[in-house]
Order: sequence, then structure tokens, then C-alpha cells
Amino acid sequence: MKVEDKVKNVQPVECEAPNMQASKDGLLKYLIIGILFGAIFVKAEIISWFRIQEMFRLQSFFMYGVIGSAIAVGVISIQLIKKLNIKTIKGEVINIPKKEFRKGQIIGGFIFGLGWALTGACPGPLFAQIGSGFTVILVTLVSAIAGTWVYGRFADKLPN
Amino acid sequence: MEQFIEWITQPWPWYVAGPLIGLTVPILLLVGNKSFGISSSLRHVCAMCIPANIPFFTYNWRKEMWNIMFVVGVLLGGFFATTFLSNPDTIVVAEATQQDLAALGITDYSKLLPAEIFSWENLFTTKGLLFFVIGGFLVGFGTRYAGGCTSGHAIMGISSLQWPSVVATIFFMVGGFLMTHVLLEPLMKMVGF
Repeated sequence: MKVEDKVKNVQPVECEAPNMQASKDGLLKYLIIGILFGAIFVKAEIISWFRIQEMFRLQSFFMYGVIGSAIAVGVISIQLIKKLNIKTIKGEVINIPKKEFRKGQIIGGFIFGLGWALTGACPGPLFAQIGSGFTVILVTLVSAIAGTWVYGRFADKLPN
Repeated sequence: MEQFIEWITQPWPWYVAGPLIGLTVPILLLVGNKSFGISSSLRHVCAMCIPANIPFFTYNWRKEMWNIMFVVGVLLGGFFATTFLSNPDTIVVAEATQQDLAALGITDYSKLLPAEIFSWENLFTTKGLLFFVIGGFLVGFGTRYAGGCTSGHAIMGISSLQWPSVVATIFFMVGGFLMTHVLLEPLMKMVGF
């Protein structure tokens, strides 16, 4: 266990959901998907600090409806992909990385929740807020990048 | 056409926005075998710009550039929707929430974010420290520690029926409820609201 830990510490830590596509990939399509996604965030006012306050105060069903119906569509699509063995447009088998349970999902999840209620934004809406003209959110984004870096720097010293 | 313009500039209901967001999951899988997730982009920025020989940031980030393109798209999408499809009316917020927020000194509903908090004038004040610097740090640190955010865990993780993502989502909510109902008022008083 000890030796394994040491080996783990000197090797790069792969990201949580790495790109599983084997063949080469054009990047423009992800920009376009992102644009559509960001526009939905703004049009449904999901980027609003007020919507997140309504959600955490249990005073509106809106965000629960958004997240709940998004999950429902996600579950059905992934089940269809698996049952019908649907491949990617390049004919690859679709591969969803397994998420291992770690203490971080509890401690880190809790810490993120505190920040979510303060900023009124998870990482996606942060980008859309900046695009919507709330340029001061650039500061929040830089701070979020700093938070990510500090986690990475001390990852091996934190309970996990 | 006029009706269409009116419909598209109105705020979209949850049963339109939610399923469209959910469709991002199969679209990314089918188009390029990619798992939906947004907070990873912050990690890729660290790996790209300031890896500092930290194992957590010394992976092949070039393979993950799609994720950076995606969040740049989200930013541009926010710009286009605000510029061309913006709703001219003020945001409609639940009556009960308005009352709660009025007690905290938040009464400006002219924009999607309250001007009392989210303005450049607040940057070098304790208000800015709390909402931008500390808030942002908690989001970045927490999502990476948790291994994902609302998109990676709550949507992608639960959609692929992975129980660790359910745990993470529960604790996102626990943190959010604690901040909103217990910590927010004293913190806001402390920074001068």
C-alpha cells in the first residue's frame, strides 16, 4: 500500500473524465455545442444568483425541474446507447469512465456547495455570466482556478 | 415571425431548458466519446499555465482541449443570448425569496445578478472578498476535491447511474443549504450589507 502510494505520487494523475476518443478530433464542434449550451443557461436564467437562492431556500421548483429533467434525459439517452449498442459518429464504442468513491466527494462536495450558494454559480454558469457582461465574475473565475490549483498542490495531503 | 421573436426572448421554462441541458450528455458521447463535465476545464487551465511539476497537473492536457473549447463556447453563448435574445423585462423571482433577500439588503432585480453584490465597485471591498475571491475559491477547490461539479456529478454521473455522484450531489446541496440558511446572513452583515 505504502509503495503503491509512492508510485502514485510521482506519476501524473489522470483527470476524472478523460477524453475517451481514440481517433483525432476537430475542436470546432465543441465550441458550437458550448455556444448552444451557454445560450440555454442565459435564456432559462440559470446563471442568475436569484435562481440559486430560490433553489436553496426551497421557494421555487424551477432549478429542481431543470436539473431533474436534465438527469431524466441523460439517464434515458445513456440507457438507449447501451441497450442499442450505439457507437460514436466515428464508429467507436462509447466509454464512460467509472467514478470511484472517495472522501473528497463528501468534503469537497460540501465545500463546493458553500461556494455555489455564495457565487450563485457552478463552473458552467460562471463562464456564461462573464459572457453576459458581468465582467467582474472574471475575478471569481480566476479565484476558482486558484482554488483548483491549491487543491492540486495539496491533493496528496488531504483526506481522500 | 414576431411571435417567434417574442417567444425566444422570453425566459425559457424549466421543461425546455432541463431536457436541452440533458441532451448535452448523449451529444458529447456520440460526437466524440466525451463525458460531460465543466469544472475539469479549470484543472486544464492550471495544467496548461502553471503545472509547477505537481503530479495532479502533469497529464496530457492537449488531449482535453475540447473541454476548453466547450467552456469558451459557453462564454460566447452567454454573450450571444444576452446580446440578441435578451428578455427586456426584469427577472421574476419568488415572492418569498424577495422578502428573504430584502432583509439582507438585496432589492435590485434589474439584472440576472444583484447589482448590490456583483459590481466592479465592490471588488476591493470586503463584499468583493467574500463573494468573488472566497466564493470563487470554494467553487474551484471544492469541485476539484469532489472530482466534479453539477455537470460532471449531478448530471453526467447520476445519468450514468454512478452512486459516488449521488453522494457528491447530496453534499453539494448540504453545503448550499448551510450557506444559505445559516452562514449567509452573518457573513453579509460582517461585510457591510
